[in-house]
Amino acid sequence: MGHRAAGLAAWAASGMLAVALLLLLPAAGAWSADAERGKALFGQCKRCHQVGSGAAHRIGPHLNDVFGRTAGSFADFRYSDAMKTAGSGGLVWSEATLDAFLSDPHTFVPHSRMSFDGMEGADDRADLVAWLRGFSGDHSNPSAAEPTATPEEYGLDPQILAIEGDPEYGAYLAGECTTCHRTDGTNEGIPSITGWPLDDFVIALHAYKGGKRVHPVMQMVAGRLSDAEIAALAVHFHKADDDP
Amino acid sequence: MSKPNGKSGLNRRHFLASAAAATTAVSALSAPAVLAQGRPRVVVVGGGAGGATAARYIAKDSEGAIDVTLVEPSRAYYSCFFSNLYIGGFRDYASIGHSYGDLAANHGINVVHDWAVSVDRDARSVGLAGGGSLAYDRLILSPGIDFRDGSVPGWDLSQQNRMPHAYKAGSQTQLLKAQIEAMPEGGTYCMVAPPNPFRCPPGPYERISMVAHVLKQSNPTAKILIVDPKAKFSKQGLFEEGWQRHYAGMIERVGPDFGGDKVEVRPEAMEVVIDGEATKVDVCNVIPAQQAGRIAAVAGITNEAGWAPIVPHTMQSRADENIHVLGDASQQGDMPKSGFSANSQAKACAMAVRGALTGSSTFPPRYSNTCWSLIGTDDGVKVGASYEATDEKIAKTDGFISKTGESAELRKATYEESLGWYAAITGDMFS
Repeated sequence: MGHRAAGLAAWAASGMLAVALLLLLPAAGAWSADAERGKALFGQCKRCHQVGSGAAHRIGPHLNDVFGRTAGSFADFRYSDAMKTAGSGGLVWSEATLDAFLSDPHTFVPHSRMSFDGMEGADDRADLVAWLRGFSGDHSNPSAAEPTATPEEYGLDPQILAIEGDPEYGAYLAGECTTCHRTDGTNEGIPSITGWPLDDFVIALHAYKGGKRVHPVMQMVAGRLSDAEIAALAVHFHKADDDP
Repeated sequence: MSKPNGKSGLNRRHFLASAAAATTAVSALSAPAVLAQGRPRVVVVGGGAGGATAARYIAKDSEGAIDVTLVEPSRAYYSCFFSNLYIGGFRDYASIGHSYGDLAANHGINVVHDWAVSVDRDARSVGLAGGGSLAYDRLILSPGIDFRDGSVPGWDLSQQNRMPHAYKAGSQTQLLKAQIEAMPEGGTYCMVAPPNPFRCPPGPYERISMVAHVLKQSNPTAKILIVDPKAKFSKQGLFEEGWQRHYAGMIERVGPDFGGDKVEVRPEAMEVVIDGEATKVDVCNVIPAQQAGRIAAVAGITNEAGWAPIVPHTMQSRADENIHVLGDASQQGDMPKSGFSANSQAKACAMAVRGALTGSSTFPPRYSNTCWSLIGTDDGVKVGASYEATDEKIAKTDGFISKTGESAELRKATYEESLGWYAAITGDMFS
């Protein structure tokens, strides 16, 4: 709470509010923003978020009609307490607030579940936000939502996604994960892995196992997990709901 | 924590939690004749990364089917991991302190604040310094380390206020930090580093980094002297690169080729004698040679080296199948003595104990370890490995280590990762 308030206050006081107001002027942002570049930049977001026709909640909530939406307000998505509190405190997504959030998510909404360290370049953020703008409000023929992760991306046999996990085995195996990954939905340097869609979880672990996603600890841990063990962990953490 | 036990579970927890608070209740709880026919009893000695995790997992996963008592003399646990960051000013003291309250309240663990002083293996009971005794079906010893008398001539435990070890976190850590901050301008901090095997292999060298970090700001002409009986040490290339980058000219290490293995201390004179030559120092941090925490030897399950050999699949003592040994005190093979290792071993042990006492499913143990170290601001490194149980030992199967020359961005991410790990493992032990 204290941190969140401090984050928002610092944002307002730092002069970003003035910048934000400028961005709110109809043409100011649009002149320079390049939505096509924004589409490419969204590549960093799409492991967790979908946007476009048919978009659904995945690891993160879908981003259709995000403009004007109160933060943390989808009833069918499990947000962090921090994001829900930010929403009830009045945070509504706009060019200005999205820009501030994307610039430093951990400062703007401390203890949110979003595992992203921020996008440094103001132009990058403007382009990304401009592209997202096209999926809010009245728009004709938005492009179809792309999947957050596909087996093809990592050369994974789609059959692997069909393996049914054993939750009891998953609960035991999870002991190896919870030394580092917190189970209360928070992330601080290490992402939360609870409540993920099964496919995203399975694909991510196989991507580490196959060396296509790079992280020494995760490559080592995933390296010795069998297909059945990965399926078991996916089931366990999909259901794990240990919010404080 | 939400658990499905409902109201009756809460009542039992409240009873046990309040019973734990009253020392007089200990003997009542431990009356073996009355309880012998009831729930199986597990006694855990030592509330650190091994013991607290084992107690929590057994109680949590057995959902009340096993009676779990945790014997730990301290009311607050100060973690050795991250205590160097407190010395370096990156964490405050309160942030490395944890209470046992949630283990009692959330899981019905009977937390007894007392010293375990004896083990009667035939009668299967543990004697407490306060006078009571606790009967067990399985005993888990996770007592950490004690120091070997005479390993550094001139030093014994009675000198620990003049020459602190600060290798069991708590008041010793506070004392060492205060001594470093009170050093005269241009003074000398000396560390007598321990011989292998010892708790937390990168620990002494992370501490050197943190001491250097503090002195560079407050006392930049001060010197750091490491007297080391070992030719090599953990993450050596990474530390030496970092010391050169952050603290050039401040740190000198005397290895065994220059007498680092022939050291004596004179606490009254604040002198360190290296291969016969005396040097006056201002702070002397003596980290002696180590062995299993005393209760393991008292139980008669240690070897001549002072450690307790275990069966790799279950962490059972090789000398007594009713006793499991976790963490630093165990002699298990390739895993380093670390909080992460102890936490990993505790989960395998908890599964084996539940399987033996309640018939629950057991799976092959999965052991792993990662040790993060902080060298300077936002300059974190890590080393880790995975392990499997063989008949002979816990054997390393795979591993990784940070590289020299990594980008500042990656080092910062590694440090931030360590903060996440700290929050997670302490939650895994105490929540």
